Amino acid sequence: MTAPLARIDHLRITATGEDGCEIVIVPDATLSVAPGEVLALIGESGSGKTTIALSLLGYARPGCQIAGGTIEVAGQRLDTASAEELRSIRGRTVAYVAQSAAAAFNPSLTIMAQVIEPALIHGTLDRAAAETKAKDLFRRLALPDPEGVGDRYPHQVSGGQLQRLMAAMALITDPKLVIFDEPTTALDVTTQIEVLKAFKDAVRDLGTTAVYVTHDLSVVAQIADRIAVLKGGEVQELGTTEQILFAPTHDYSRALVAAAAPRTPAVAPAVEEKPLLDLWGVVAGYGGTNHDGSPRVKILDGIDVSIRRGQVLGVIGESGCGKSTLARVVAGLHAPTAGRILLDGTPLPPVVRRRSRDELRRVQMVFQSADTALNPAVSVGAAIARPLAFYHGMDRASARAEVARLLDLVRLPAALADRLPGELSGGQKQRVNLARALAARPDLLLCDEVTSALDPVVAEAVLDLLIELRRELGLAYMFITHDLEIVRAISDDVLVLYAGRVAERVTRDGLRHGAHHPYTRLLTASVPELRPGWLEETPARDAAAAGGARMRDMGCSFLPRCPKAVDACAAEMPPMLIEDDRRIFCHRSVDTLAGR
Amino acid sequence: MSRLAISGRIGLALVVLWVIVALAGPALAPHGVGEVVDLDVFSGVSRAFPLGTDYLGRDMLSRVLYGARYTVFIAFVATAIAVVTGVLLGLAAAAGGWVDMLLSRLFDIVIAIPSLMFALVVIAATGASIPVLIGTLAVIYTPGAFRTARSLAMGVMALDFVSAARARGEGLPYIVVREVLPNVTGPLAADFGLRFVFVVLLLSGLSFLGLGVQPPEADLGALVRENIAGLGFGAPAVLFPAVAIASLTIGMNLLIDSLPGRRRR
Repeated sequence: MTAPLARIDHLRITATGEDGCEIVIVPDATLSVAPGEVLALIGESGSGKTTIALSLLGYARPGCQIAGGTIEVAGQRLDTASAEELRSIRGRTVAYVAQSAAAAFNPSLTIMAQVIEPALIHGTLDRAAAETKAKDLFRRLALPDPEGVGDRYPHQVSGGQLQRLMAAMALITDPKLVIFDEPTTALDVTTQIEVLKAFKDAVRDLGTTAVYVTHDLSVVAQIADRIAVLKGGEVQELGTTEQILFAPTHDYSRALVAAAAPRTPAVAPAVEEKPLLDLWGVVAGYGGTNHDGSPRVKILDGIDVSIRRGQVLGVIGESGCGKSTLARVVAGLHAPTAGRILLDGTPLPPVVRRRSRDELRRVQMVFQSADTALNPAVSVGAAIARPLAFYHGMDRASARAEVARLLDLVRLPAALADRLPGELSGGQKQRVNLARALAARPDLLLCDEVTSALDPVVAEAVLDLLIELRRELGLAYMFITHDLEIVRAISDDVLVLYAGRVAERVTRDGLRHGAHHPYTRLLTASVPELRPGWLEETPARDAAAAGGARMRDMGCSFLPRCPKAVDACAAEMPPMLIEDDRRIFCHRSVDTLAGR
Repeated sequence: MSRLAISGRIGLALVVLWVIVALAGPALAPHGVGEVVDLDVFSGVSRAFPLGTDYLGRDMLSRVLYGARYTVFIAFVATAIAVVTGVLLGLAAAAGGWVDMLLSRLFDIVIAIPSLMFALVVIAATGASIPVLIGTLAVIYTPGAFRTARSLAMGVMALDFVSAARARGEGLPYIVVREVLPNVTGPLAADFGLRFVFVVLLLSGLSFLGLGVQPPEADLGALVRENIAGLGFGAPAVLFPAVAIASLTIGMNLLIDSLPGRRRR
């Protein structure tokens, strides 16, 4: 085996807490990266994966210090290097690609000026040569318009493109080692694939050595040669990608792999035929209204939804498609400008103020971010007790017993009732959130991305809990997510939103076969599978189209990205195609969409 | 309870010292406030007169001990009125709507009037008395407290737990008092301390101009003014009231700086 390019030996990183005592972030980490290899660091938040990756730049975040061990990259010691030496290494020997490219670019300089800056600072190339090289990298990274993109400013390109441009910035000096810190985490699934593909090709063609930090195992499967599973700042297991994915030995690796594997769909309990919630032609938006009463900025347009008692409807779409607004409309937090909301066949007033307490009780919302959904100054018990007093008029003593029951229902110890939310972990907070919603004894739960901010293993447990609760309590869910795997696991029906309009409504089983809206196809094809080689088999897409979806006043909004578009798509609204288990809004025939 | 940093402890000690002085000053004073006890004027520091004597030969230590209670009392009451009014109206405005529009524009107008000029005009028109001083200072500092409370509360109003309370159907009073207020008390306490310092300084300024507390009584600012002639002789009589004002305000600032600024998450 060749000598490793980078080596971390018994690394120890500590931080100084507010009270002055020492907190160990990384107790003892040892790993190495061979030349030309892609090593993935995987773990949940707080596992020290970013801290370890940053130490390869000789950098510890403010408040942290490298307290022991050795770090060596390309024969140079980084732990003992002076600031001057580190400056010559960073961006030259080791380069860094950050999670949020939007925050990493200076908005007032052109992209080209920033991409070639490392080369100019380190004097590896003159300006003309650097620009030529940058354009070559743009081409390699499959950026649209490689000649012209450098003259634009960061806000003029999409998030996925910016992430690739940031990789170009890192690669311009031909660094020996590139650190990718969750570069695709903030992107939509469809965009993520493009960026991953570009990274993989560039890394392979240039023979770059890379460290790839992520929490997403299926992303790692596509790009890494070896995987280091981290927990609590220690390497739990280090092995080849195949070994970790298919034969993990450590318990924690197994849990991680199990959480990422496709779930077997929950067996759906019997669903009543009676509709619980009906939305008819709901239109909602922001920025005031026009003369005809339509919103200036339309977010939702003509949405028809129906949820039966005990049914789970998955709502899926990329960020900005209006799925959160849909939940807010149903909850009465955002008044629609047109359309009707019916609960059990009776019209529901559009805003909270006009709804009766019983109507409010029956529809409860669970918010996305567990951190901000609980009042940090109110104890867990008091937060859960409030709906009990508010909707059911319970006194203190009976509320206390009910709080204990509800905590037990969401699998939390009753002792937690006296704690403040700040003392709880993310998964616990989300359970408390759920318990508060359940305290109202609702008929319908609106779940807005309830698992997306959680670590995979924790998210898995919350999802299991939701499935159980549904079985026990016969609740109906509107389950909003961008993650198709979750929809497949929990939903009976799936509503696909694109740019504020319904693209398709299909049963869960129908999602696997038959005719689909082209956007549904794009979504299903974009979910990475948990096996190496999947990325190569996925056909390349037109990268230029992934520039964000906009609602079109005329015709189908998906038109700019649609591989099956015909002339009529631009001029007329798509008609509804009806099959037995699906409704598709498209101009093409069912046979065409099914690929028959 | 988290421990204070060293600077915070110094600040706390200074503030506690001045509170004790304000409460027990007259009892501690060796001489009466108007008593002429020295034949000489502007005499230096001595065993008999630890802070020297003033322009009439009165004991400076007694003068400062009596004077501090005016400064601390007037400033505290004025700040309390300003902050309580400002916070109540600020929370009411945080919900938005026409209440917010009305209050914000009203306080914009108050802010637009130069504060010292406003104080001079009011006092010139009504005569200097302690209630007038308190009222004027309170009016001058209410808009700032209103602005601070409003922006803090609006930040909290945008959080999900407030949305959750609204979706539950809670009324505005419940949301403001139970959900918002507990999350802004920390910064508001710091704002109170800071505003207290401003009021002390403005009050001292007014007294220095002769519009504050009237002779024979004197607050710290007035003590500086009446002994200003001693500046040429290097008399301690002019120095010590100034030091007193400085130590009170610096102490308060140090204390605020080391308050646990971030609320618990």
